[in-house]
Amino acid sequence: MLSALLIMSGIAVLLGAVLGYAAIRFRVEGNPLVEKIDAILPQTQCGQCNYPGCKPYATAIAAGEADINRCPPGGEEGIQKLADLLGVEFKPFGGDTNAPKPKSVAFIDENTCIGCTLCIQACPVDAIAGAAKQMHTIISRECTGCELCVAPCPVDCISMQVIEEKISNWKWKYPVFALTPVKQ
Amino acid sequence: MRKHSHPISAFFSPFISKSDSVSAIMLKVILALIPGIALYVWYFGPAILVSITLASITALATEAAMLKLRNRPIAPFLKDNSALLTAWLLALSIPPLAPWWLIVVGTAFCIAVAKHLYGGLGNNPFNPAMIGYAVLIVSFPVQMTQWISPQGMGGFELSFMQQLQYIFSGILPDGIKLDAITMATPLDTLKTQLHLAHPVSEILTQPIFGQLAGHGSEMVAGGFMIGGLYLLATRIISWHLPVAYLGTLFAIAGIFHLVDPAHYVEPLFHWFSGAAMLGAFFILTDPISSPTTHKGKLIFAAGAGLITYLIRVYGAFPDGMAFSTLLMNICVPLIDAYTQPKVFGKKEKQA
Amino acid sequence: MEVSRFRADTREAVTDNMTTPYKFHGGVHPPANKAQSTRTAIAQMPLPAKLVIPFHQHVGNTAKPLVVAGDHVLKGQLIGLPEDGISSAIHASTSGTITEIGMQVVAHASGLPDLCATLVPDGKDEWIQREGINFRTSLNADVRQVLRLAGVVGLGGGVFPSDMKLRVGKHKVKTLVINGAECEPYITCDDMLMRERAGEIVKGAEIMRWALEADRILIGIEDNKPEAIASMQLAAAASNDDIRVVAVPTIYPGGGAKQLIRVLTGIEVAAGVRSTDKGVQCFNVATAQSIYRAVAFGEPLVSRIVTVTGNVQRAQNLEVLIGTPVSDVVAYAGALPDTDSYIMGGPMMGLPLPNAGVSIVKAANCIIAASPKLFPPAPPAMPCIRCTRCAEVCPAELQPQDLYWFAKSKEFGKAQEYNLFDCIECGACSYVCPSSIPLVQYYRFAKSEIWAREADKTSSDAARERFEFRESRIEREKQEKAEKLAAKEKAAAEAKLQAAKLAAEQAAASPDATMPAISTPAVAPPANDAQAKIQAAIEHAKLQAAAVKPKNTEQLTPQQLAEIADIELRRARIQELAGTDVETKE
Repeated sequence: MLSALLIMSGIAVLLGAVLGYAAIRFRVEGNPLVEKIDAILPQTQCGQCNYPGCKPYATAIAAGEADINRCPPGGEEGIQKLADLLGVEFKPFGGDTNAPKPKSVAFIDENTCIGCTLCIQACPVDAIAGAAKQMHTIISRECTGCELCVAPCPVDCISMQVIEEKISNWKWKYPVFALTPVKQ
Repeated sequence: MRKHSHPISAFFSPFISKSDSVSAIMLKVILALIPGIALYVWYFGPAILVSITLASITALATEAAMLKLRNRPIAPFLKDNSALLTAWLLALSIPPLAPWWLIVVGTAFCIAVAKHLYGGLGNNPFNPAMIGYAVLIVSFPVQMTQWISPQGMGGFELSFMQQLQYIFSGILPDGIKLDAITMATPLDTLKTQLHLAHPVSEILTQPIFGQLAGHGSEMVAGGFMIGGLYLLATRIISWHLPVAYLGTLFAIAGIFHLVDPAHYVEPLFHWFSGAAMLGAFFILTDPISSPTTHKGKLIFAAGAGLITYLIRVYGAFPDGMAFSTLLMNICVPLIDAYTQPKVFGKKEKQA
Repeated sequence: MEVSRFRADTREAVTDNMTTPYKFHGGVHPPANKAQSTRTAIAQMPLPAKLVIPFHQHVGNTAKPLVVAGDHVLKGQLIGLPEDGISSAIHASTSGTITEIGMQVVAHASGLPDLCATLVPDGKDEWIQREGINFRTSLNADVRQVLRLAGVVGLGGGVFPSDMKLRVGKHKVKTLVINGAECEPYITCDDMLMRERAGEIVKGAEIMRWALEADRILIGIEDNKPEAIASMQLAAAASNDDIRVVAVPTIYPGGGAKQLIRVLTGIEVAAGVRSTDKGVQCFNVATAQSIYRAVAFGEPLVSRIVTVTGNVQRAQNLEVLIGTPVSDVVAYAGALPDTDSYIMGGPMMGLPLPNAGVSIVKAANCIIAASPKLFPPAPPAMPCIRCTRCAEVCPAELQPQDLYWFAKSKEFGKAQEYNLFDCIECGACSYVCPSSIPLVQYYRFAKSEIWAREADKTSSDAARERFEFRESRIEREKQEKAEKLAAKEKAAAEAKLQAAKLAAEQAAASPDATMPAISTPAVAPPANDAQAKIQAAIEHAKLQAAAVKPKNTEQLTPQQLAEIADIELRRARIQELAGTDVETKE
């Protein structure tokens, strides 16, 4: 009886020491969770989540302050990935969050643009080139489609254009599994 | 263009295919069972045909009902012959004179629980027939050990009609005791006699034993081996599983036999008794519940061989085929994950 | 190599039917169906009424159009200039008039349109001036430039620009493999080319061996083409290079570059590894021939040999101008009435064409007219039973059943871990699958999904970087401004102090003056003065603006007036916005 007790407490002490050592030896600096969440977020920096960018939203999720379903550009797939990462239930879009839209880029109608630079100031990723009183243009390769430039434009010359399917960006489709019930 | 007549995914390369289908493969496996069944009937009478028929009907009915419940197309799956194969394997694993409800309950359990609750064809992690066997032997140990004696061995021989009557109503002809028509299996006899401290050489002189193993049953096992060789020859099964299984069984039985021949029978006895041959060629080779890599197959079958031997020699059950298969089934995902072969160009640094 | 050492007396050895000890894993033996199209010699396809020449027929960047609608072009005239990087040139396939440069449906799995030139032939088939070069006296770069501008790309189906493959890297290329295996069923264009134009192939191989400074040339031909082997052996015997013609076993996909290299040399080239790093380079026989034509005669790639077979009356090989509509080609071969679709390439890896109007491109080695009888639709797919028949035949030694599982459940990371990208999409797995699962379709889906994700990841990383840079820039600007402001204030305060000191000193110097009377005007007036000046300037400007009468505004239409009002409104809004938003932000 006594020996059993001693053995058990000995094991407990030993394992505790190992755990304690591991906690010090393998300590992780910083908060890797924020980085991981940020890596999943699409980096559109659109603010549709009501946070001023993807990183702040990631920080809020990591702190448990924000829901995972507030990022429309990430789509349902993004929610799924966040749910998997955080080990929480998948949550569909809803409430005051916008529904996801097809991926698009901003386009400036160059005939209407008056060169006011308001959109340049609004663009979170510096994807608009131009100077005061000069025509502006969107660098579409850099545009994240956040739509932040649309509202400030005083002459409404910015429109969002859905990215068309071309041979260069075409993807093979998921094969149609012919086994699904077809009758009735 | 063809787009209109077929779903688009149906018309992509490759446009040609070999004509082997799942249903043809399953059918060939079923056909390969026939030599063994024929010898079964020859040595033990036609009762086995009744269980096979009962099991087949139950399997198809359960399969159809489950497909209907799962809202899947019924015809293509009934035609794939997989339920039929499961039914035949289960029927061959349980005593032919077992009451009719035993085979019906067992088969229904195989198909409904072990197969469909896991997602149907292709998704069951365990061999359905062996699950059925395990459930029956745990739940109905008495009925599951009433093995019919080989013809000309028991005290009385039932006619086919009398067998039918017994299976369906449990009534034996007047004055006939159950003991008169059934007998312990060779593996069972061996185990009990060894417990009574008889040496192996003395035990094997009993009339129930034949040339290699049990009288009659050794021939049935041989029949299954012939069917298995046909499957090997037609490349329906790969050599890895039967060779590793029988090899391991032979090796370990051989070592024990060499060390202590009075207590441990020779390896060929293990090959030709119980479900070893049936298991090696028909049960372990179920592709769905066995590993996919060559190395994995060797490990899987070797493990099953080892466990079979241990159960036979040290376990509470006379035979270990079902439990060894199921235990190894659990390990399949792990085995597969750790035996992934190196792919083209990514093997060891080339010279 | 020892063979070259015994050069003088190896004539016989060269012509021997050499076999190799190497094999590759797996492979299948689909019915060959090659006899139909090898009965007649290669014929010249008549000039079609219209040619549609895509600008993107090769791996890499689309060629830049050099012509506009209405231009008259000659046969072989450059109409698409290779872009930077991996790209190739596009030429007019015959003389005639360009009628359109625009988007047209091309031979691509997507069925989407791409940039094409439409050329209406003038019937003269008049060549531009052509001039060959002597490669032995030229530089490697010159030969490659010739090939780039001649639009020579891999004609086995890969359409990778040949000039890129002839670069000399840091690894020495020992062996040049010429691929005449042609393992796909139905296709016979390489077979016929080797039978009829073996000499040109060998001369092309000599050019490549010279450019790569390779030691030897191995020509691999499947042993089901005895005529081609004989003809190539004859041509090889006439060469001074170390050329060996090797009969390789007939097994699909033995003609895959990786598989042929393995069979001929024993070397395995993994996915993502350049074969030149392993000392081998591989070209198709038709590519070798067009390299010869381009270098020796300055002839750009404007036509190719196409096998027309399947559901046609006269299956044969045709020399077809690039851009010829597929419908013309199949009509020439006599497509049977129940033909309902067309396949470009072979039945194992070919591409179903979106319609018969698309044109023959450089990759089009074969056109198969398909009918439901010839290629019955696959039965509905059953679940995978893990039978591993696919793994047994996979030439890349993959576990296709696992890849299928991962692709199906969209576990792309796992799929990559299980070497999805080593899959060469040969279709052997789908061919043997007893459950008729469209395995290759799943792999294509997974691959393109992974590529798209990687692209998304790259662009989102770039966006993150740009966003963070912008944030830090704004922060820095704010800080700089604050510093400036602080400096200014400090300066102003110092000036004030100085002025006060000065005043005090002055006051001290002239004790009779009253302090307030002097000090106030000394400091305050200058500021007042400046403000008054600014005010005056604003007043002046306002007056001037009011005085300037807008020109041509006497008789405005209501529409114009409305427009003006609209613009004024917008201007007001801009000013308002500019006033609030920008200033509050900063």
